[in-house]
Amino acid sequence: MSQDTVKRDRPWLMRTYSGHSSAKASNELYRMNLSKGQTGLSVAFDLPTQTGYDSDHPLARGEVGKVGVPIGHIGDMEALFHDIPLDQMNTSMTINATAPWLLALYVAVAERQGVDTSKLQGTTQNDVLKEYLSRGTYIFPPGPSVRLTTDLIAYTVENIPSWNPTNVCSYHLQEAGATPTQELAYALSTAIAILDAVRDSGQIPAERFAAVVGRISFFVNAGIRFVEETCKLRAFGAMWNQLAEQRYGVSDEKQRRFRYGVQVNSLGLTESQPENNVQRIVLEMLAVTLSKNARARAIQLPAWNEALGLPRPWDQQWALRMQQVLALETDLLEYGDLFDGSPVIEAKVRELVAGAEAEMARIEEQGGMVQAIESGYVKRELVKSHTRRMRDIESGDLSIVGVNCYRETAESPLTAGTDSGIMKVDVQAERDQIAALQAFRAGRDAAVVAAALEELRAAAVSGANIMPSSIACARAGVTTGEWSEVLREVFGEYRAPTGIDIAMAGQSGSDAMDEVRAKVRQTSQELGRPLRLLIGKPGLDGHSNGAEQIAVKGRDAGFEIVYEGIRLTPSHIARAAQEEGVHLIGLSVLSGSHLELVEDIQAELAKIGASELPLIIGGIIPEDDARQLQAHGVQAVFTPKDVDMNAIMATIVNIIRRDNGLQELA
Amino acid sequence: MPDPSGLAAAVRRRERPALARALNLLDDRRSESRQLAAELLRLLEADMADEHGHLIGMTGPPGAGKSSLTAALISVWRKRGLRVGVLAVDPSSPVSGGALLGDRLRMKTSSDDDGVFIRSLACRGEFGGLSAEVWPMSLVMLAAFDVVMIETVGVGQREIDVARMCDTTCFVAQPGSGDSIQFLKAGILEVPHVLVVNKEDMGAVARRTLSELGTALGRAHTDGNWEVPVLAASATAGSGIEALADALSAHEKVLRDSKCLLQRRRQYRAQWLLKRLQEEFGSHGIGRLGGEQRVLERLATATLSLFEQHQALREHLLGAADKTHS
Ligand code: B12
Ligand SMILES: Nc1nc2c(ncn2[C@@H]2O[C@H](COP(=O)(O)OP(=O)(O)OP(=O)(O)O)[C@@H](O)[C@H]2O)c(=O)[nH]1
Repeated sequence: MSQDTVKRDRPWLMRTYSGHSSAKASNELYRMNLSKGQTGLSVAFDLPTQTGYDSDHPLARGEVGKVGVPIGHIGDMEALFHDIPLDQMNTSMTINATAPWLLALYVAVAERQGVDTSKLQGTTQNDVLKEYLSRGTYIFPPGPSVRLTTDLIAYTVENIPSWNPTNVCSYHLQEAGATPTQELAYALSTAIAILDAVRDSGQIPAERFAAVVGRISFFVNAGIRFVEETCKLRAFGAMWNQLAEQRYGVSDEKQRRFRYGVQVNSLGLTESQPENNVQRIVLEMLAVTLSKNARARAIQLPAWNEALGLPRPWDQQWALRMQQVLALETDLLEYGDLFDGSPVIEAKVRELVAGAEAEMARIEEQGGMVQAIESGYVKRELVKSHTRRMRDIESGDLSIVGVNCYRETAESPLTAGTDSGIMKVDVQAERDQIAALQAFRAGRDAAVVAAALEELRAAAVSGANIMPSSIACARAGVTTGEWSEVLREVFGEYRAPTGIDIAMAGQSGSDAMDEVRAKVRQTSQELGRPLRLLIGKPGLDGHSNGAEQIAVKGRDAGFEIVYEGIRLTPSHIARAAQEEGVHLIGLSVLSGSHLELVEDIQAELAKIGASELPLIIGGIIPEDDARQLQAHGVQAVFTPKDVDMNAIMATIVNIIRRDNGLQELA
Repeated sequence: MPDPSGLAAAVRRRERPALARALNLLDDRRSESRQLAAELLRLLEADMADEHGHLIGMTGPPGAGKSSLTAALISVWRKRGLRVGVLAVDPSSPVSGGALLGDRLRMKTSSDDDGVFIRSLACRGEFGGLSAEVWPMSLVMLAAFDVVMIETVGVGQREIDVARMCDTTCFVAQPGSGDSIQFLKAGILEVPHVLVVNKEDMGAVARRTLSELGTALGRAHTDGNWEVPVLAASATAGSGIEALADALSAHEKVLRDSKCLLQRRRQYRAQWLLKRLQEEFGSHGIGRLGGEQRVLERLATATLSLFEQHQALREHLLGAADKTHS
């Protein structure tokens, strides 16, 4: 059959999650990506922007422009979309705690471009609940956060009707270890919490509520078990349809459709033999495309070098080409649903639905998703699942090619280049951004800014919708840090439960575990008191998986563990280590700012007379940096390829022994 | 090994590295460290005749909000110019001996404040009670801070241990949980000096618990001279915290005015030392010293410092043991 006689489905939106250094540099990147056939934009913001700090805030040090683009004010946002007409663009913004603010900037830029703002199309992620559970860029306590989410939804449904105001995320839950059942249950429970809040806020008349339900979209994960993942997506569709109809009385079938975007699983992408990630990514993409009735609306793929560091343009191009080959070269889009009527698929879907419904009932019993997050229940369940996963990798029950089997490999040409196969953001970018920000601040009308912030504060206090005053702030030249600071003052800040207080992993561990326990016990006896570790997450980095798993493992091995969660200042960590009398500090940094943070922590330790404390670090640390850190006194560096956590524990014991003048144990 | 007199002096100068080292030393079970620790305590005790500081025990069921309330109290105390030390006692894991010390998480205050010092402890005590290190650590803390708080999941042995160690005890009740009331009525709960229902932001259910606790409690404390206040507060909303701080210091004032503070502390110390002797030598050993009452008397009337006396009793028993074995 020749291609032109066959009716093909339209492909999904193809995006690349990107942004770095500065608005200008990111704009160039976006325009290049669009010229390569990318059909939508997916903006990655840097961590200060996501957590509501200006680039010159002390907590932003080392983070400006690193994992995303810094957006400090309307000028930055304008530069980001320079020569990209916003009425013709579909823009997805991965932004949560500061979502109302970034949308306000987007609207204000559209105004400047002379675009009809009611025609804007795109997505704000705007799901803060999963930030408490996985992603980590929350600011305020759950109550005010839900209110801000609600305000944004109510605003766009009435004023920007084609906007997707929230992307309820299960993606990040799988990245924190969630099983398919947990993904289903927690994402749908989150959607319920948000929709109930919108309904109860009284901002939307009852007869318009179906439109709100119709605007809810999802951001989902697809792991390597791609048959089960296909079933998960079919289960999502069925459960959402039913929920919309029964709980919210939505009669129009179109408004009950499960609309979702995808980023495929990255947790399973490996540092060892990174070329294998390509096949993983492609297989995972099948999960969300094969079944026409459960196909993704938009897809973004990670790159082969996911576990090494940030992708370069070429790496991202390769990921985009994977999508294009599937959509354009294969016959996939010529067929109806391949799985309808399959008893095997249907049975699996039923099983997933039943499991998810049971878990949702448990959440409901606890008063709903917000309560179950505040109590720590959901986070504990996720940590449990992830602990199970890590144990299975360690024991070999879960095969990962190149990691715990078939490890022999020829030299990879992919990482042989002078850049080691990753992108490095120029450190000058941070200084430039700060200088530009300070110049911008100096050029504003201070009275106008102050008045806009007062209006924002008044809205925050009174409960009025936060969007109009935020848009006014955007126009007035308010900065990201100023907007956030006003709300911090009104709402307060929050620290989420860490979830590591789970029951012990196992009474009798493996032989390797027993051996480590014996070493810990022996060393505790020789040093007179239990071995203590402080696990620290300095800076704005929200990647908590590694720290959590090390903490759980450490306790299992017999250490006393001090772990206070993410986003602590270097001075906090140094002081806590001293106050708690720990034998060693273990840092976990995945965001790329390890050099700056280690330097800062060492300086703080020196300041309080605790320089003698040994320091180790784990995370995404390129080899060159690892060498540099070790030259500066860091005693050990661990990266994702170190999956044998018993071995990590044994190393820690020996570092402590060495530090205390004891013979190392074999 | 640290030098006890240098360490004691540095602790009294409130030097944070020294304080940390002193706490480490008290945690250290090696016998040479025990000797040094005893010497350190003796030196510090000699200096404590001025009854410095206020030792507060905060107990209550899991999740009642003890850590959150402690954090809220810390900021009130700091505003009042008081320096605060906290010993946060966490339940430990019985299998491997490992533990998670998570209470700091909710106590995060300004991180650059030299006037706050938090040390977590895994609860390694027997029968669910407090570990033996807690009390000497509180002594070290008292030497350097105006208010010292021992915070722990309580009810049962641990709560009793706290009550027998602190100047003032405060029980935090969880709204809607009848347990505290049952425990109070059944006498399982040592009557605290201050009772607070946290999470008053929860509304009706908190008010109900408040009034039930009010009636379950006889009000007057066995201490005499003290009416137990039953308060409501919310750590998250920040309400009732000043009043709670006031109630705690009112009790301290009563103790000081009635000249009970020193006597109480000596009594508690004697009891604690008795317990250590019991742990080390069993009731048989105590019997050889003439029984509990006799030991307490010797400890209380000692002209030697408590720690010297304790050491003397130990040596006596150890000497006796050597003889029976030979
Ligand atoms: C899972 C994941 C997430 C999850 C995190 C969930 C969570 N709560 O942890 C989610 C989806 C939320 C996420 C979000 C983001 N992510 Co991410 N994420 C990953 C991913 C895929 C895996 C990390 C992981 O959890 N591995 C599992 C754990 C167990 O392994 P680990 O942490 O490496 O720990 C092991 C060792 O390193 C070591 N170790 C680690 N810490 C410590 C500490 C001590 C004391 C010791 C002894 C050992 C040790 O022991 C562990 C056992 O093996 C990595 C890529 C990859 N495959 O590694 C990207 C990655 C870390 N993410 C990245 C980025 C950019 C982000 C974002 C910032 C994107 C954005 N612009 O918004 C966001 C925001 C996150 C934030 N708030 O900071 C980048 C970082 C780039 C860089 N360093 O240059 C990476 C490398 C991906 C990439 N190539 O772009 N992410
Ligand atoms: N609504 C409300 N919640 C509170 C309040 N105080 C604490 N909480 C919440 O109660 C939970 C337990 O708080 P913690 O301070 O850790 O309680 P705790 O008694 O120290 O807990 P354990 O150390 O586990 O025994 C947390 O989720 C707090 O956010 C309050 O005043 N109001």
